[in-house]
Amino acid sequence: MATTSLTTETGGFEVRRLWTDERSRAIIFQLLVVLGLALFIAFIVSNTIANLQRAGLASGFGFLTEPAFFDINQRLIQYTSESTFGRALIVGLLNTILVSSLGIVAATLLGFSAGVMRLSQNWILSRLVTAYVEMTRNVPVLLQIIFWWSILTELPKVRDSLSLGGAFILNNRGVRMPSPVLEPGFGWVFGAFIVGAIATFLVAKWAKRRQDETGQTFPMLWVGLVLIIGLPVVVHFILGQPLAWDMPERMRFNYRGGFNITPELIALWFALSTYTGAFISENVRAGIMAVSKGQSEAAFALGLRPNQTMRMIIIPQAMRVIIPPLTSQFLNLTKNSSLAIAIGYQDLVSIGGTILNQSGQALEVVAIWMGVYLSLSLLMSGYMNWYNKRIALVER
Amino acid sequence: MTDQAFHRQQAELLPQQPAPATTVGIVGWARTNLFSSWSNSVVTLIAIYILWLVISSFVQWAFIDADVSGTDRFACTSDGACWAWIDQRIQQFLYGFYPAGETWRINIAFVLLFPALAPWMFENVPGARYLRWFSIAYPVIATILLAGGLGLTVVTTDKFGGFMLNLTVGLAGIVLSLPFGIILALGRQSRLPVIRILSIVFIESVRGVPLITLLFVSNIILPIFLPPDVALDSVVRVIVMVTAFASAYMAEVIRGGLQAIPNGQYEAAQAMGLSYWKSMRLIILPQALKISIPGVVNTFIGLFKDTTLVIIIGLFDILGIANAMVSNPDWLGLSSETYVVVALFFFIVCFSMSRYSVHLERKLDTTKR
Amino acid sequence: MKYTAITSAAVVAAAMWIAGGTVGGAHAATLDDVKSAGELKCGINTGLPGFAFTDDKGNWIGFDVAYCRALAAAVLGNPDKVKYVNLTGKNRFPALASGEIDVLSRNTTWTFSRDVDLGFTFVGVSYYDGQGFLGRTALGIKSAKELDGASVCIQTGTTTELNLADFFRANNMKYEPVPIETNEEARKAYVAERCDVYTTDASGLAATKTTFPDADNHMVFPEIISKEPLGPLVRQGDDRWADVARWTLNVLINAEELGLTQANVAKMAIKGKNPEINRMLGSEGSLGEKLGLSNTWAVDIIKAGGNYSEIFERYLGKNTALGLARGQNALYKDGGILYAPPIR
Repeated sequence: MATTSLTTETGGFEVRRLWTDERSRAIIFQLLVVLGLALFIAFIVSNTIANLQRAGLASGFGFLTEPAFFDINQRLIQYTSESTFGRALIVGLLNTILVSSLGIVAATLLGFSAGVMRLSQNWILSRLVTAYVEMTRNVPVLLQIIFWWSILTELPKVRDSLSLGGAFILNNRGVRMPSPVLEPGFGWVFGAFIVGAIATFLVAKWAKRRQDETGQTFPMLWVGLVLIIGLPVVVHFILGQPLAWDMPERMRFNYRGGFNITPELIALWFALSTYTGAFISENVRAGIMAVSKGQSEAAFALGLRPNQTMRMIIIPQAMRVIIPPLTSQFLNLTKNSSLAIAIGYQDLVSIGGTILNQSGQALEVVAIWMGVYLSLSLLMSGYMNWYNKRIALVER
Repeated sequence: MTDQAFHRQQAELLPQQPAPATTVGIVGWARTNLFSSWSNSVVTLIAIYILWLVISSFVQWAFIDADVSGTDRFACTSDGACWAWIDQRIQQFLYGFYPAGETWRINIAFVLLFPALAPWMFENVPGARYLRWFSIAYPVIATILLAGGLGLTVVTTDKFGGFMLNLTVGLAGIVLSLPFGIILALGRQSRLPVIRILSIVFIESVRGVPLITLLFVSNIILPIFLPPDVALDSVVRVIVMVTAFASAYMAEVIRGGLQAIPNGQYEAAQAMGLSYWKSMRLIILPQALKISIPGVVNTFIGLFKDTTLVIIIGLFDILGIANAMVSNPDWLGLSSETYVVVALFFFIVCFSMSRYSVHLERKLDTTKR
Repeated sequence: MKYTAITSAAVVAAAMWIAGGTVGGAHAATLDDVKSAGELKCGINTGLPGFAFTDDKGNWIGFDVAYCRALAAAVLGNPDKVKYVNLTGKNRFPALASGEIDVLSRNTTWTFSRDVDLGFTFVGVSYYDGQGFLGRTALGIKSAKELDGASVCIQTGTTTELNLADFFRANNMKYEPVPIETNEEARKAYVAERCDVYTTDASGLAATKTTFPDADNHMVFPEIISKEPLGPLVRQGDDRWADVARWTLNVLINAEELGLTQANVAKMAIKGKNPEINRMLGSEGSLGEKLGLSNTWAVDIIKAGGNYSEIFERYLGKNTALGLARGQNALYKDGGILYAPPIR
């Protein structure tokens, strides 16, 4: 404001030139915007300080080192009610990452199959898939999460649990399965796995070169499976099975031991992957349709079978169209995982909410939420952009 | 082509034969579309079985075994769905806590929505010119109808609820976000670095966080940011945040539209000596907005579905009302029934909007498939 | 054009900033604000049977709501002049701190940190509660101390989570918490046997139990693991408003002690023999005016919904779906601990 009153006082001509000259106008305009923004931020900051002082609230992230005093049912790292708020947040973040990655994998598989099936020659199959896509896409995902959770709580109760040889237990408190307990010597098995993976990589390189040169194909999938899974299994038995299993055991109220996947996680996972899968299938369909018909005709002319054509000719080209929207679907899925709060899956938002309530540090908790989701988004879109560039190069 | 028969002279053309029975009619259709190969037939049979399973059990539950009358859940005695609550509670599902004598205002606002939208959504609407003026006035009219004033009884926003709240928040968010979205999209393409950076930062940070955290901001943080004596209404705060959220998505949709305009248009506008704002207003934006409409509609669908999240900050949208009802002793445990109804409400709105958007995309898409 | 728009925006922002900086101190007079607005903004639960729920017409009723009505009657002379703001466990405190509501009447436990750390003033206790457990009789246990290894349904965002963790830790037991955002969902989870026991305040447990068709198959365990004095609260630093809120509650309790009811209060307001009643109802002295209210404030409060006992019986008592006994919440002379300072 000060600048405006000053400039009008200093007289007409010079000032007008400042505004009519494009370059100076650009600078003045930007300065004004910055000034406006600065004033706006100052306004908010001063209010915040005043409000916090009035309410006698402390600000800062010191509370993160205070003990949390509440429990978390699903934790990927060690946590007890005496751990700190900060650790509780990390547990929540890991839970967010867990359900998002599971969801991304399932949604991609589901989306690709549904997208291909929707273009199927089979009328009833494509209609069935269309019905799935339209029904999930047009209903709020929150409702779907609650729906799946309601279904899962209708599973058998603990006393009527379905059991698969006493190792896998299914009831409305989740799926419980044996968890591995590592014993000395297991390092060798893990080493065998690494060796298998490296060998697979090398064989794949060799097979590709041979195919480029001679045109002969190589059953890479089977060889890879044998190397990656078979080798560690063999080593495992040779060493006398240095891996024990912690088996589920029926206690008074619950099963104990082993590894439990809660119905909340499953419900969230199902809902997120079917919902996002429907969107991905649309992207896949659009991508496939964007590949010109001549490509598949040429492939048929070369004698490729339909599924080979799809796998080796159409999909790789369609990927270029599919990847950019796929990225935003992955981001959407990650963001939608915050709806976990409705059914009690303890993700970042849910645990943050509890902390917000116990500590009263609203500003800080919200800042952490936003910072974490923003970084996750940036990381993911960064990776997908890199991947997109890579396949774009291959395709020239 | 080398077939000898091709070259044979023929006195007259053979009479046209009907196509084989197996390639026409229902049988022919089924052969090509359902049973074209061995594996296809298996898929068809499995699909038919799944369909039969789903549809028959749903029909059994929802219609054949259902109870439709009564004043509480104890009136429902059969195994199927209990629809008795609809008669008692549908008012709340639609209008929330809006005074019963005033719900006609919501109905009128809803009916008026159609003439307000028509001139923008369809071509050849009679009287489109006047309707456009009407639609510009519509937000004001709707606000007065819903909130009161000008002789109408004032209804405070704590009475807003049910599907009406979803529609209000969704529509207000999308309409208000349009101008902001346009400014942000132009800002993102601006040659001025400060403007461009600020626009990008805003767009990407809003798109990078879940709506629910923004709703928590509206609910918990906004009061801390405002001066102590300014207490915004909670519905208003939600609309503010939803608008900010939608603006970022809208900006990206409109940016897509702007980028689709051929460079020649920009250059021609410059050659005519139009200033930046004039060329935008007269040449670029009208074209860019037109091709952005499908994207805008899709953004609306997404936003509209997301309005259910207000339940988490304590507002009673249709899902909130459904939850509240299910916890009432009279109707305890009817969650499947209420969720089906809520899903149906959303499906009808979102599905018709998405059909419309597909239709528009087809119309705009001039390339031949 | 753009230039002027931006400048004026900046001016407005600056003006608001300056205004924001100076207004701070003037905020303290909630009583005047309520009077000039002609409306009391009262924060209540999003739905808790007995305490805050809607009737079939969509009106908010309940024990906590009745306090809002009483306060509105005291200040504005009309119990209907209330704007209800539904709040979750998370946003109730920010709403009160920011002035979105004038008073919070949402089954909130009076604790040290809320009173001291968060900067609020509790005006009294309207309901003495304590956290307990609800479980199926089929579990075959008699005490919460046998719950080692159980799954426990809890509503998040409350002191409940902390008490629960403390209780299990103190008794060296393990459990699986199933935290759920809303009361309804938590109850649904318990009914579906997603968890073995459901924990919340004892009043809530009783309320929940009565909604089950097979209520006899469920029992509330004898252990009460925490003290939960629930009561209304206001912002710290506005003593006058806190006084109004406090003495409104005290009028409700004293009215029961003095036998003043919704039905007889109009008659009793005419000067009678009992000086205590005369003082309270304003036929003697001017206590109401000293509080900044009308002299008939107490009459208006009691007219709004009756005395404490009438409100309790209407929403929580024996003849309601909840069927709660007065228990600790009986007057001190009836064996309870409800005791209000005298109005004199």
